[in-house]
Amino acid sequence: MTTPIKESPASGIPAGQVAAPGRAPTKQARFADSGKVLNVFSHGFLALWAIMILLPLAWIVISSFKTDAQIGGSAWAWPHHWSFSVFHRAWDKGIGSFLLHTAIVMVFSVTLTMLFGSMAAYVLSRYEFPGNRFLYYLFVAGAMFPVYLALVPLFFMVKNLGMLNTYQGLILVYVAYSLPFTVFFLHSFFRTLPTSVHEAAMIDGCSHTRAFFQVMLPMAKPGMISVGIFNVLGQWNQYILPLTLMQKQTGTDPDRSVLTQGLMNLALQQGYAGDMPALFAGMTIAMIPVLVVYLSFQRQVQAGLTSGTLK
Amino acid sequence: MRRNSKYPFIVGFLIVPVALYALLVLWPYIQTFGYSFTDWSGESQKMKFIGFKNYSTLFSDDVFRKALWHNVLMLIFLPLVTILLALFFAFLLNVGGRGGTAGIQGVRGSAFYKVVFFFPQVLSVAILVVLFEAVYRSDGGGLLNGILIKLHLESANNPTEWLNDPTFVLWCIMGILVWSGVGFYLVLFSAAMQSIPKEIYEAALLDGAGRGQTFFRVTMPLLWDSVQTAWVYLAIAAMDGFALVSALTPGVSYGGGPDYHSEVLATYLMRNFLYLGKSGYACAMGVVILLLTLILSIVTLRVTRRERIEF
Repeated sequence: MTTPIKESPASGIPAGQVAAPGRAPTKQARFADSGKVLNVFSHGFLALWAIMILLPLAWIVISSFKTDAQIGGSAWAWPHHWSFSVFHRAWDKGIGSFLLHTAIVMVFSVTLTMLFGSMAAYVLSRYEFPGNRFLYYLFVAGAMFPVYLALVPLFFMVKNLGMLNTYQGLILVYVAYSLPFTVFFLHSFFRTLPTSVHEAAMIDGCSHTRAFFQVMLPMAKPGMISVGIFNVLGQWNQYILPLTLMQKQTGTDPDRSVLTQGLMNLALQQGYAGDMPALFAGMTIAMIPVLVVYLSFQRQVQAGLTSGTLK
Repeated sequence: MRRNSKYPFIVGFLIVPVALYALLVLWPYIQTFGYSFTDWSGESQKMKFIGFKNYSTLFSDDVFRKALWHNVLMLIFLPLVTILLALFFAFLLNVGGRGGTAGIQGVRGSAFYKVVFFFPQVLSVAILVVLFEAVYRSDGGGLLNGILIKLHLESANNPTEWLNDPTFVLWCIMGILVWSGVGFYLVLFSAAMQSIPKEIYEAALLDGAGRGQTFFRVTMPLLWDSVQTAWVYLAIAAMDGFALVSALTPGVSYGGGPDYHSEVLATYLMRNFLYLGKSGYACAMGVVILLLTLILSIVTLRVTRRERIEF
């Protein structure tokens, strides 16, 4: 069964002499070679997926400059004339006031979420008391279940409080439903902070409350920023809660729709009376703030979401 | 004395967040459970206790079983496709670059790819709806049909009605979920890959491992924890799908068409709740979904549990 092993016939030099010193470099060279092929291959696939993400978005933004008839035609037609009047039209359809409503709600809901969330997380992470673990798991469990399961009892709860289609009702609901992730995230963050600083403050005669607001909270700033951005994006994009809780109750009740809800209503109306370009323009307007926040804080957004899920 | 002054502070800090959370989150979930044993119609608060009748009706309900089957399909394919794609891209980003003598590197511009891929994650569902309504448009003006016509894979006179086609509709919805989800899991896996110490790779390279071997023998086992987390999160997402199905697919109130071919548990639940006036029945469905989600998470965590590798 022994077949003679073929030595490299090309050169007259005995094989052993080449192999010994050349071994490591050739291996690395081969590695580099395969790297070049793989590199092209990688960029190919990555670029393809990047196009799949960006193309539809860019296509919609460009489509908002088309006319209705053009949108119904070929997908590849370029807009005839670039005019921004469509953005005015979208604004007049209510996008402007939807933006205002969203802003009013979010100023309060994000602030209160951060305040209550950090207070609860701080106490739960740094103070021993009976029921601590129970309360913590109670908070964390809330992140597990889809909102729509609680939707109808929630609707009646808000109705009984007389808060349907009011800003304060939506704000309270946003805060309540943002607490699980906020508490969960900040809980692990407060744990990483050194106890010595806190102890020093206490020895200096700080009260517990003051120690929290003047010592611990400033130290927790990076964590607060991460979870704050997460809450901003989450509440800005909230859809099912405002849809249920911010309906007009009577004919005279003012329309307090928030942005995503207003956009969705516009989208559903398009089936009957079409102004597609205005809808696309509305989407563009709704997308810009998210894009700006995301691009300026993308590091924190990605870090916040991944560390929230990993640990 | 300080020990005694601890409790007022703890109570003071916890009372508002816990009260808000209990009233608006926990209590509605518990109420859903209670209503599931009644014949509540949803309009008045009049109801009769009927025991497990809702639950027994549920299992002979054809539409419910259809919806359940669709959720099972999503449970299988959504995590599988998303995780495989995310792993593939994470692999390309982190080890797909030119491997020189310095060992394996990521591709250039990996930061750019990560930012782009993650972007759909921060878009609200309303934007996704407007976007994909245009992409899946049933005439030649839709992006998908436009591309297929351009590539001569489809005749311009007979374009596919994606969301009206019983065979395609569910896959179209899943496509959107994959499209928007891959980026997040890519970032998750990428972060996990980068936390693996470089020395392990160097050791593997010195021992003569190739890229494939390094990936399957070193990277994957160390990544197992994140894959497991991802699977649970995607399974929870697969039990939902409400917003996209209800806004994008045809059908009387909350979509699910054509002819229940894209019906999911969430949309069927909402139709029973708010349209058919069978709130007690819908609550029973909610409890079933809740239990399924719980069982699923526990099973996933158990089945995929392996010995944790510390590094």
